Amino acid sequence: MYSQVPVLGWLCGALSAVLLEQIAGRSLALGLGLSKIPALFGFTIILKNPVLFPSALLYVVLIYLLPIIIVARMSLAPTNWLADKMMDYSMLGSVLVHLVLLYVIFHIWADISDYRDITLKFTLIAIMVTVSLNVINGYMGEFSCSHPGFIALGAYTASVFSVSLFVNDSQFGQALLPSFLGPFAFPLGLILGGFVAAAGALLVAIPSFRTRGDYLAIISLAFLFIVKSLVENMEFVGGPRGLSSQPNWANLPTVFAWTVVCIWVINNFVRSTLGKALNAVRDDETAANAMTVNTRRTKMVAFMFAAFWAGVAGGLFAHVLRYVNPGSFGIQKLAEVLAMVYFGGLNSVYGSILGAVSLSLLSEALRPLELFKWIVIPLLLILVMIFRPTGLIAFKEFDVKKLIRPRQRPENEV
Amino acid sequence: MSLLQVESMTHYFGGLRAVHDYNLRIEPGQIRGLIGPNGAGKTTIFNLITGIYRPSEGTIRLKDLNLVGLQPHQIASVGLGRTFQNLLLWRHMSVLEHVVMAQYSRMTYGLIGAFFGTAKRRRQEAEAEEKAYRLLELVGISDLANQNVLNLPYGDQRRVEMARALAIEPKILFLDEPTAGMNPEELIQMMHIIRQVHKEFGLAIFLIEHRLKMVMELCEMIQTLVFGEVIAEGTPEEIQNNPKVIDAYLGKEAID
Repeated sequence: MYSQVPVLGWLCGALSAVLLEQIAGRSLALGLGLSKIPALFGFTIILKNPVLFPSALLYVVLIYLLPIIIVARMSLAPTNWLADKMMDYSMLGSVLVHLVLLYVIFHIWADISDYRDITLKFTLIAIMVTVSLNVINGYMGEFSCSHPGFIALGAYTASVFSVSLFVNDSQFGQALLPSFLGPFAFPLGLILGGFVAAAGALLVAIPSFRTRGDYLAIISLAFLFIVKSLVENMEFVGGPRGLSSQPNWANLPTVFAWTVVCIWVINNFVRSTLGKALNAVRDDETAANAMTVNTRRTKMVAFMFAAFWAGVAGGLFAHVLRYVNPGSFGIQKLAEVLAMVYFGGLNSVYGSILGAVSLSLLSEALRPLELFKWIVIPLLLILVMIFRPTGLIAFKEFDVKKLIRPRQRPENEV
Repeated sequence: MSLLQVESMTHYFGGLRAVHDYNLRIEPGQIRGLIGPNGAGKTTIFNLITGIYRPSEGTIRLKDLNLVGLQPHQIASVGLGRTFQNLLLWRHMSVLEHVVMAQYSRMTYGLIGAFFGTAKRRRQEAEAEEKAYRLLELVGISDLANQNVLNLPYGDQRRVEMARALAIEPKILFLDEPTAGMNPEELIQMMHIIRQVHKEFGLAIFLIEHRLKMVMELCEMIQTLVFGEVIAEGTPEEIQNNPKVIDAYLGKEAID
């Protein structure tokens, strides 16, 4: 029965849930003995204050689960009809309606607290990083360790761009351009960061794609450390102290829009023959070469492409946190993004989204454990590797048309 | 002028001489065979011509184009299609994707098309898919187009390789033991497919085969290779009656 609910129906359900929370959330939370609205579906309470967990669970059931299920079920007929009509009318229009609806849900949900807002933004950025790393480690089947390095390059480039041009700062002096231009120039800074990361990727790619094997893993790991120590020793970006006073331009709509564009472009790429050539190279390079695929160019382009998006994500990261320091781009970050890719599933955009979201949530839930978090997450990863070696949702094509299609023809309904 | 000319090609693996003074001329539309006992260097010759190895000495020309030193994908793009003895398929890809992939060099929409999904890309991908379906029809597995290749029986996997090789629009098709491991029924079907492909596209075919019956029936000219050297070359009748060949190859099988 619920398999007949289109995505539009689930979105309507989620929308009513967040609206309900906006209206009745606070009083319900207080009534259940919680001091405030559970920030992340009660995940953060599990360890911090286990006694309150049943109340948080009840809150989640009452505010989210029941409204979503009831509304999705009740709106079965109209949402199917609407999804069908929109798709007939214009595919692009239908996609936009879904995206706007999704954004509105995010916006209302994140409106409750700053903590939600920033966690949501970091999760969206994690999705960008994971999807782009999946291009290399999943679609291309190489093992790259340099992604945090690319994120760092993007983060620092975009930060230097915005701080030096638009902010009166002790590090870079007077702003060179009027600050009202800033938000318009921000995409330029992000893209610039992406290109710098791609240039770094070229440096890694030239020596390591001459042959297959473990070379890339080793060289890319070296690259990660080179970037980190380079930044640590560059005094003009603050050295180990880091760089702050990035303007507050990475608000939720900006991060959301970049995430959507990132997923759209990467998904376009991996579904084209040029992108599927990566799979051919991974599965059998000799055969790919004999079937006219320029394997070397394919690998280089994909590697730089993935680095570009890591750079953009890094730029956003720096402007969400409004502070960057070299310490955030070390081996721990690497473990985190690798875990997201391998947990979610190789060769799959769905998998990367799932991996990024679930590990971000888990990471927030385990925050009270502090360092022990890094025992639990790898353990989980080992279990996944044993029971599902390619990850939770691997080798599944992300087809937007299939995703938003109506699940039930209006005719059959009578 | 011959379509493909190989002159005095020699190749060493370290100190081991794998191929010695090998010569070959293939005319347009000709079917040629290469036979020889295991380890004679037949597949090495294929790998040398298709650019997987670079010959130590000698020249390889396709019409006027020198092929020595070109990358395998460049050699494939100018018209040398091949299949592999030990089936090199892409294990996570569908049958249709295999045949579309082999048209990679014809996709001119570039990265802009790949990233943003332009109209040109949609058109070229659709054309490639249509052509792939035609080729799958020809080899008789169009109903399996959306299956993963690993789900196919062995004989059908060989057909996928055949369709994939044809998709690059070769001038010469190199078939490396196309019937290895096939049962008699599949063998007959494969021979039928080879004949049909030859008729339909008028392309030259160069065939490595162990089953002599098949080589004798299909080929106009046959070379016999023993320890990297051609010991006999001629029509099927000449080969069958050549005492050297009988000694090195046929004779052995006659005792078996």
